[in-house]
Amino acid sequence: MYKILDKEHFSEHVVKLVVEAPMIARSRRPGHFVIVRVGEGGERIPLTIADSDLERGSITLVVQEVGVSTRKICALNVGDEFTDVVGPLGRATHVENVGTVVCCGGGVGVAPLLPIVKAMKQAGNRVVTILAARTADLIILRDQVAPFSDELIIMTDDGSLGRKGLVTAGLEEVVKREKVDQVVAIGPAVMMKFVSKLTEGYAIPTMVSLNTIMVDGTGMCGACRVTVGGKTKFVCIDGPEFDAHKVDFDEMIMRLRSYN
Amino acid sequence: MQQNNCQPLAPREDAWREELRKSMTAKERTAILRAVMSQLPPDYRVTNNEEVNCGLSAEQAVLEATRCLDCPDPQCVTGCPVNIDIPGFIKNIQRGDFAMAAAVLRQTSALPAVCGRVCPQEKQCESRCIYGKMKKQPVAIGYLERFAADEEMRVAAPVKPVPPDPDAVRIAVAGSGPAGLSFAGEMARRGYAVTVYEALHEIGGVLIYGIPEFRLPNSIVEAEIRKLEALGVKFIKDCIVGKTISYEDLRQMGFSGLFVASGAGLPRFMGIPGENLIGVMSSNEYLTRVNLMGAGREGYDTPVTRGRKAIIVGGGNTAMDSVRTARRMGAEKAVIVYRRSEAEMPARIEEVAHAKEEGVEFMTLHNPVEYLGDDKGHVRAVRLQRMELGEPDESGRRSPVPVPGDIVEVETDLVIVSVGVSPNPLIPHAIEGLEVGRRGTIEVDSETMESSVPDLFAGGDIVRGGATVILAMGDGRRAAAAMDSKLKSGNR
Repeated sequence: MYKILDKEHFSEHVVKLVVEAPMIARSRRPGHFVIVRVGEGGERIPLTIADSDLERGSITLVVQEVGVSTRKICALNVGDEFTDVVGPLGRATHVENVGTVVCCGGGVGVAPLLPIVKAMKQAGNRVVTILAARTADLIILRDQVAPFSDELIIMTDDGSLGRKGLVTAGLEEVVKREKVDQVVAIGPAVMMKFVSKLTEGYAIPTMVSLNTIMVDGTGMCGACRVTVGGKTKFVCIDGPEFDAHKVDFDEMIMRLRSYN
Repeated sequence: MQQNNCQPLAPREDAWREELRKSMTAKERTAILRAVMSQLPPDYRVTNNEEVNCGLSAEQAVLEATRCLDCPDPQCVTGCPVNIDIPGFIKNIQRGDFAMAAAVLRQTSALPAVCGRVCPQEKQCESRCIYGKMKKQPVAIGYLERFAADEEMRVAAPVKPVPPDPDAVRIAVAGSGPAGLSFAGEMARRGYAVTVYEALHEIGGVLIYGIPEFRLPNSIVEAEIRKLEALGVKFIKDCIVGKTISYEDLRQMGFSGLFVASGAGLPRFMGIPGENLIGVMSSNEYLTRVNLMGAGREGYDTPVTRGRKAIIVGGGNTAMDSVRTARRMGAEKAVIVYRRSEAEMPARIEEVAHAKEEGVEFMTLHNPVEYLGDDKGHVRAVRLQRMELGEPDESGRRSPVPVPGDIVEVETDLVIVSVGVSPNPLIPHAIEGLEVGRRGTIEVDSETMESSVPDLFAGGDIVRGGATVILAMGDGRRAAAAMDSKLKSGNR
């Protein structure tokens, strides 16, 4: 169970894993995540599903090494197995034809963005995708999002690929240029915070997918709680997607450092 | 209340019981003092996770069983939520037939070794014991239940696996806590092919993730699970009914019925300022990290906040489990903050006593109103409102009211909020046509436990909101009986 079928290094610390999980592959929708565990002493780690393949009965996960558990995950090779994979969890992305949607992905946030880009395009939207990262090596899944994007903008902090600048610079240009009906942003919390600030000024509905600390992922522990519109919400069952303009990003960023 | 429709295994009229009754006068029996269960010394037990209560010896158990007057109209039975034949099992202990004592228990309770440890006996069976009327300590029914169940486990030969019957009707269960386990056992014994789906990576639900090892060793739960496996029950981990597989999937896979026992997963918070500071967490999170994930132990990756000055908010068993766990995890100061007085605490008396022995402080009639953080967002103090008791509320307990202006600030670096749980919303949200109550509980017929969806039954905390292990088990039994008769009558 949960065997690694394919592995690809996107960069030194970012790995794509194709994992055998037929039941999850069948029931998952864009926006859903899974909880994985490596080894009997392993942590339960939430990862958003990037893709699935019904014929192979597999799901695709993209993982960035940031700590003990993600290091264990990234060290898995083809033929190795996850001890546990459970899901799909969370609420699926609300997808409808709203007109023009700008999808912003930062770093490994592009992985969970991919199924949303696809779904938004298939729903008939004009889709502008902005991929952003520190440097060229960290831009991932470019070829996968391209076919579903009417326009693809690449932003790097150092200008090594695409245009030099932050994701917000690329987004602001689009917003000033044409009517944007919805923005989707997935990436580091700080990036989502600034995208949200920008679009709030333009009154563009914006959806973010939050990757908070979780234990069970099924609503049981409350570790993932965030303040949305002044109320406490659980990312695992009320999210992971929320109206960006209502999310208390500063509190979320603080809580992400709980165990640092 | 549930009636036992099975034949009593130990009828009161039996000659041996008559003989036991005549063998001693009531005066002689009532002169015997209630057994005292030996327990680990407090200063030792706060250094580890070993079970605190050591159980009764056979001699102690037989003597304690002798205290029971074998009343003609035993009130203890009416105090038990599942009406266990209490004198029937106790008198078997007295005559030394421990196996039969366990068999009597098993007629009504799927998990006697668990209930003997975690039931609030002082509020149930023992509260109705005739000794109470004599102003004496009740017969130690809980101790005796645990004794009989542990003896059974100690001497029992491994259960022979039942070969699977390919023609058996297939039944699915969502959740492997007390309700799910008891339902699965009942249905397996009736010849059904039962598959239990569990969302987590361990079987046992709250018995594993919630109740700590020092109160209920995992080995007890595991032994019960092995027994169910021998009966042919299949367990599938990491699978969430309503998410991984839908109700329709289960029907297509050939399951004829589903029992939902998904529990009361959702922790409640109080909605006061500072509750999302780092170091403030639900008891579910704290206990899951320590019990299920092994946080703090060698070889386990999951982190947990190790508070030196821990504040636990609440007065229930989960609060006691949390505060005692905090002591074991190294808290020098561990304080229960409860808004009513000790008399209104819902926790078992024994847990409160054990907590006190272990150095836990109690600040009753206090209620948190705000948590204060440092510049990094870590909780550093809590502001507590002094309370006093006013008029009784709908629960019958005197409701706490704030004493205006009387607020104290207490330093802390770990706050565990243990003020109750709500039903897990995953399944109620996922199944179309399922009637759900105002508080998110699944609506069922209180006799049959059948929901608004045909052949979908439910029980335990997903129906009750937050109750006890024994009530959850009773639901499982009742649902099994009702589902069985429905399936057999072909009324589908």
